[in-house]
Amino acid sequence: MVRVIIALLPACLAALYFFRLRALALIVVCIIACLTTEAIFLWARKKPLSPLLDGSAIITGLLLAMTLPPSFPLSSAAIGAVVSIALGKQIFGGLGHNVFNPALVGRAFLATAFPVSITTWLPPATLKVDMATFATPLGNLKFQEAVAHGTLTPLQDLFLGNVGGCIGETSAIALLLGGIYLLSKRTIDWRIPLGITLALVIFTGAFWLADPIRYASPLFHLLAGGFLLGAIYMATDMVTSPVTAPATWVYAVGIGFVTGLIRVVGGYPEGVMYSILLMNAFVPLLNIFIRPRILGQRKKEK
Amino acid sequence: MDKATFPRGIHPPENKEGTSDKPLVPLPPPEKVVIPLLQHFGCAAAPLVKKGQDVFLGQKIGEAKTHFSAHVHASVSGRVLSVEDYNHCSGYPVLAVTIANDGKDQMAPETDGAVDPFSLSPEEIRQKVREAGIVGLGGAAFPTAVKLSPPKDKHIDTLIINGCECEPLLTADYRQMLEYPEAIIKGAELARVAVGARRTLIGIEDNKGDAASILSEHSDHFPAAIRLLKTKYPQGAEKNLIYALLRREVPRGGLPFDVGVVVQNVGTVKAIWEAVSAGKPLYERAVTVAGNGIREPRNIWARIGTPSQTAVDFCGGLIGDVNTIIVGGPMMGIAQWSLDVPIVKGTSGILAWRTSAPAAEHPCIRCARCIEHCPMGLSPTQLAKFIQFEKWEQAEKWGALDCVECGCCQYICPSKIPLVHWLRLGKNKISRAKRKKSDRP
Repeated sequence: MVRVIIALLPACLAALYFFRLRALALIVVCIIACLTTEAIFLWARKKPLSPLLDGSAIITGLLLAMTLPPSFPLSSAAIGAVVSIALGKQIFGGLGHNVFNPALVGRAFLATAFPVSITTWLPPATLKVDMATFATPLGNLKFQEAVAHGTLTPLQDLFLGNVGGCIGETSAIALLLGGIYLLSKRTIDWRIPLGITLALVIFTGAFWLADPIRYASPLFHLLAGGFLLGAIYMATDMVTSPVTAPATWVYAVGIGFVTGLIRVVGGYPEGVMYSILLMNAFVPLLNIFIRPRILGQRKKEK
Repeated sequence: MDKATFPRGIHPPENKEGTSDKPLVPLPPPEKVVIPLLQHFGCAAAPLVKKGQDVFLGQKIGEAKTHFSAHVHASVSGRVLSVEDYNHCSGYPVLAVTIANDGKDQMAPETDGAVDPFSLSPEEIRQKVREAGIVGLGGAAFPTAVKLSPPKDKHIDTLIINGCECEPLLTADYRQMLEYPEAIIKGAELARVAVGARRTLIGIEDNKGDAASILSEHSDHFPAAIRLLKTKYPQGAEKNLIYALLRREVPRGGLPFDVGVVVQNVGTVKAIWEAVSAGKPLYERAVTVAGNGIREPRNIWARIGTPSQTAVDFCGGLIGDVNTIIVGGPMMGIAQWSLDVPIVKGTSGILAWRTSAPAAEHPCIRCARCIEHCPMGLSPTQLAKFIQFEKWEQAEKWGALDCVECGCCQYICPSKIPLVHWLRLGKNKISRAKRKKSDRP
């Protein structure tokens, strides 16, 4: 788990660089709220407090903060953190027993409870523009017909992170650096980011090839929004992803497909969060129906 | 030579260098041996001697009364002191014959070898193996005569000789291959004749290349071939070895017979050769005494029934603050609470070391490493959960009884969950319930 925190450091630094103190405040508030909630639950359940140090609550807080807009009120962020740990994790029995990614449970709660704050964006500090609100690249794409008007965010900005968005999702390069680290340490299963990427590329690529005037390229979809954050750091959560390789492929392709479906066809500009939560729900079923083959098992034996 | 292997498994540090260059030396027979009458898979042998009776070296002192059993022989000559329950490395007391050694090693007069072992019929070979009380010396101690008697409807085409010794630390099999290649090859030939196989394959891990070349020098005149295997644990597990060499899968719940194969350990076939050619019963075996808690680790020939303490003393005694004694290999061996347990036919090693207190157990985070590495293709974490919640039917359906207790899952588990413990418990409960069911009319 320490490795996941290390891997998120570049993205944290990018968040601090682009969104300055607001990012710092969100990260600190979310982590403290997660740790406090975890401690209260452990105390109430008469469990030892040692799991506080296992890093999982810190990761949840950090990931939640990463998925919030820079202008998001700190009090609401704290509520989201409490929901993440309480309803996302502890209520199932703590670490290892939850069905859904805790950070995304908190995020989904906030998206419903504070629909305005969570869709209000500030420009990154590096742009030196004085605007109260600002559009994300995906919002631009969905609501401003950016492809047709030629105002689509340049890929270079997406890559570096010089765009509007949630504090931790904007800088593709920072997220990729952490992802390479996690893959090299074999902390995350490579099938998950690869499967999600392939599915999203194929889905959005089909639309793009059919009508490049209306639809954005697959590369844009890969770099924009929370895709990398979700594919590398959230969908790969061991607890909420399947245990066998074939089931993992189904899970990963499902996430990529649903993300593309929501972004291209659905009503929201972004679909990473809901697609991961949706596929999380299928994981227990996948684990039961796609089992490893036992040595010496006959073909039809179940 | 190609290097075959099986899917999954693990590669723990081999740690064999402490004893791999230590030749097998005879451990002087102790003043007193305690010979358990159950040292094998199956039913205990019935005692043939009484307190106060004098016995010869190699005299049969316990008789197998059923098919799944093996005779037991005196490992020294002298007087029987008692026939009563004694400590056993399995953890349960077992009826044992204690003999005071008279130091003369007087052989039983009836022991004699066959004139030409290769002229014997399969049945004659089996008979001699049965008489010598030979069991599988790899550790499982399955009665060898039973393994050499394939059912009539199963055609055996291949005999596999297991020279993998995939357990870390152990080198007794390796030393036997280096020092007794001829006896091993000839014993393998006898086993091949006994099961009616067309050919013999000798599987050896590639960290023992010198053993492989020595054996191949001796195998010229026999239908035997050496196969180097990747060094990986558990390469020497019967079903995995068969898959690695032949790409055949023993059906679930089945035996190697079902795929036309019989597997014998190198030490076992050496014992077969000695039994058939010289009439020598199984009263001693090769044992590795190792681990960093042993002052001078070595390989020894130990008489069956020698207290483990005697073997450890012969190797310079314990050093450091030893808190772990294992009989067998480090992966599958059994932890002991005392050194006052006799060496039995299945004792491949006596290991001692100091470990820090076991790491605290954490909840399973479904990282699936255990599934990734299980050589049997099981889901250890899921099985452990079924067993913890006493869902016996599901545990059986998911293959609890297919578990070979190799310990890969527990070795690899980052949460330090005692998975093998749960699986053993579950297997025990499930097979007990099955037996009860079948007992009912």
